[in-house]
This record gives sequence, C-alpha cells and structure tokens, in this order.
Amino acid sequence: MREVAVVSFAQSPTTVEDARSEVEILQPVLHQAVERSGIAREQIGFTVSGSCDYLAGQPFAFVMGLEAVGAWPPIRESHVEMDGAWALYEAWARLQHGDIDAALVYAFGKSSTGDLPKVMTLQLDPYYLAPLWPDAISVAALQARALLDAGAHTERDMAEVAARSRRDAASNPNAQVSGDTSADALLQEPYVSTPLRAHDCPSAGDGSAAVVLAAGALAREVAERPVWIRGIDHRIEPHALGARDLTTSASTRIAAAAAGASSDKIDLAELYAPFSHQELILRDALGLNGQTAINPSGGALTANPMMVAGLIRIGEAASRIARGEADRGLAHATSGPCLQQNLVCVLEGE
Amino acid sequence: MSEAAAPESVTMMDAPIRLTYSYTPGVAQSEFLRALTERRILGQRCSTCEQVYVPPRGMCARDGIALEGTFELPDTGVVSGFCIVNIPFAGQAVECPYVSASITFDGADIPIFHLVQEIDPAAVHVGMRVQAVWSEEPQPSMQTIRYFRPLEAADA
Repeated sequence: MREVAVVSFAQSPTTVEDARSEVEILQPVLHQAVERSGIAREQIGFTVSGSCDYLAGQPFAFVMGLEAVGAWPPIRESHVEMDGAWALYEAWARLQHGDIDAALVYAFGKSSTGDLPKVMTLQLDPYYLAPLWPDAISVAALQARALLDAGAHTERDMAEVAARSRRDAASNPNAQVSGDTSADALLQEPYVSTPLRAHDCPSAGDGSAAVVLAAGALAREVAERPVWIRGIDHRIEPHALGARDLTTSASTRIAAAAAGASSDKIDLAELYAPFSHQELILRDALGLNGQTAINPSGGALTANPMMVAGLIRIGEAASRIARGEADRGLAHATSGPCLQQNLVCVLEGE
Repeated sequence: MSEAAAPESVTMMDAPIRLTYSYTPGVAQSEFLRALTERRILGQRCSTCEQVYVPPRGMCARDGIALEGTFELPDTGVVSGFCIVNIPFAGQAVECPYVSASITFDGADIPIFHLVQEIDPAAVHVGMRVQAVWSEEPQPSMQTIRYFRPLEAADA
C-alpha cells in the first residue's frame, strides 16, 4: 500500500447557523485546510466531498459546495452522499493509484433548516419502516433499550459517557454542548424517549470540515509530523433493523481487524457515537480498555454536524497526533440507523 | 400450483412524505433579496477574475475565494438566450406562447433567468435590450421583478 498521511485539518464550530448558507459555512474552512497543508491548489489532484441534500432540503445542494472550491480550470471531483469520512476513504483509495500525490476532502451539513430526527427517517426501509415515521431518536432508543436489556450496561454507564463528553468538550471551542457535570446530576433529568434522556442524544448542529491528504515524500516535505493512515476499512450490516443484533457491532469489529487496530497500543480513539449507548457498543466491539483515551474532543454527543462528524473524528485524532499528544490513534465513523455502517481508520505519527 | 392460482402482485402503495424546511439563503443572497424589496439589483465582483455575480454568492465559483461588498446595478440588461414555451403544463402562471430568457444585467457577467413580455415572442432575439418591470408590492423574491420588457434603444 502507498503511504498516505493527513497533513492538515480544519473545521467550523458546530452551531445553529441563522445567517450563513451551507456553502458559506464551508468556504473559509476549506481554504484554511488547503492553506495549512502548504500544498498549492494546483498540486491537489483529486477533490471529494460528503454531504446530503436532504439536510438543506435543496436538490443538488452538494454541487453548490464546489463554489467554495473554485473548480476552475476544471478539476477531478467526486461526491458521496455519506459522511465525509467515506469521502476520505475514496480519496485514500484514489491516492493508491499513484498518479497524484495530494487530495482534498471536505464535508458540510446544515441540519438546522429542517426537523433532523424526521429527515433521518428517510434513510429507513421505504416500504416497511419509513411509512410508520419512527424518528431517529426513537430508533436509537430501541437500540438503547435492547442494550440495557442485554444486561452488560446500565443507564448510569450511559450518563457517565455523556458527563465525560461534556467535560471534555469544555476545552473544545468547536463543541456545541459542554459543561462540568456528573452522571448523578444527569440521571435526575427526564426521559426524552425512554431510556434516552436529552444528554444521551446529539443536538442538531451545522458545520463543515476539511482534510488534506498527501502521499509519501510530499507528506514528509510539507508536514512537520505527517499522520499516516496505517489502515482503513468500512463494513455494512443489513438495512432492516430486525435483521441484526442491535446490541453489538459486528461491522465495527471486522473493520477494526481489517484496519489493523488490534495489533498495538492505541493512545486515543475518536468514536462517532451520536448517542451515549452507542459509545458503549463501539468500545465493546473495538475491545478498548483503560489505556485508550476515548473522545478527548468531547465527541459527537457534544457536536454532531451531520455528514461532517465522522470526518471530524479523523481530523481530531490526526491533529492530536500531529501535535505530539499521542502517537497512535483510532478514528471511527458511522452511517445509517443504529450503527448500520462503520468505518475504522488507524492513524500513526511519523 | 397453476399460474392462475398465483396471488396478485401488490403494484402500488401510498407512503406520503412531508418535511418542512426553513431555507437559509445565506449572507450574500439575503442582501440581494432585501435589496429587491427596494427595487434594487445588487452584484458582487471577484477581486481575482473581475467577474460580476448577480445574485451575489459570497464567493467566486471560479476562484473559490470569499467575496465581500456589493454594488448596485441598473435594472436594464441584454437577452443572452431564450426559448418560446408553447406547451401548457399544470400550474403554469403565464399563457402560451411565452418567452423564457437568460438575461445579463448591464455590468454583470452571470445571467439570471426570467420572462420577456410586452412583445410578440417571434420578435425576441439574442442581443435584445430589456428592462425589469417591477411589482407594485415588492417582496424578497425574484417575483418582485414581474418580467422584462423590451427597451426601445438599439440592440447591444
């Protein structure tokens, strides 16, 4: 495999944007990432993005994103109707061809324009499930209930995840929710959709992020400490919620093994767990123990810009490694209801 | 089992979808839409390629750079392309035949799309000079321009 590294990352604060459009949120972030990479725009041989038109409620909203890129003279470009982490996977695969040395990956999403939990219903089976209109919170609550009933985890475990995430988010200027709190305090809060309380669920936020990838010699030339992608893999499970065990994540386990996540110590893991119970499922699937710092950024419970939060996991992990705070990290992204599809990326500093 | 005994296939089901969105035009286009309520046209010039965008988009799609500041353009322009619509369809607001045209405001580089009226459709041609006819009740909407009418001045 050709060596490919994350050489720069930029993100917008996750917030409800009243004034700016999706592409106006994206433009400064995209340029920050390119500028920080030290790679000239004309040296970037491939550009790929992740977004979803259903969020802004505008057909071909993803094409608007190209206005922020400045696609003239015409560029090689691609788009996935998925989280930007999958766009990064495509860029990584593209760089394996060997004919180009740098790629730009970006993701953007403005969820606040619609009723996000309802918009998410449209990703369900269109014949048997979506017509019943279960919203995303209720679907996640079914999974949380199944997990609690399986007996290995409790509502307190979920509250501990939420409290730790909020405390960690206090030092993350891009987080939407943060605060010094405890599981005891959170457990006093009312249920939103049993067994989920508000802190177990993400807020709807708008945001964007961008990553520049570079191969081999170019990465070493431009980055003080290139963060190498040592392994990356993604797997998907059946669409029908009843067709899989919601209390485990086989796709995460297999993707992690394929990405080589188990071979050595992992200093930190950024897991895309938009619901507190999903972090418990992912930790089990990845076999993470006390040696690994989980979501030092505060994770998706504190900032969940749809289509972006997965790419942010890779960017957050890579940034910490680039700064020398860690040597080896794991970034995870998820897509679909109840952790249907999962991507695992193993990152290591030079 | 004989073919005649096979159950009839379900060929149709209803699954209505209704989602409500609050569209965000963005900073640059909000300024444009607000100016329409004052019957003013705003454009934005790229500092690199000098192209003038109408409506302003906050960035140059060619260079990808952020643009700031807007300036006012006249409500006159040139037909840069058109078609004559002859086929009626549900919800049509104008009677056939009518002219749908791309119109480049004087001083702009990017055309907008609108109707050309007060003229026999057969007489419309590329290069024809036109002027906006404004609504009596301006809204932050392109419909605040009702249509464009021909200017008597010579062609561009």
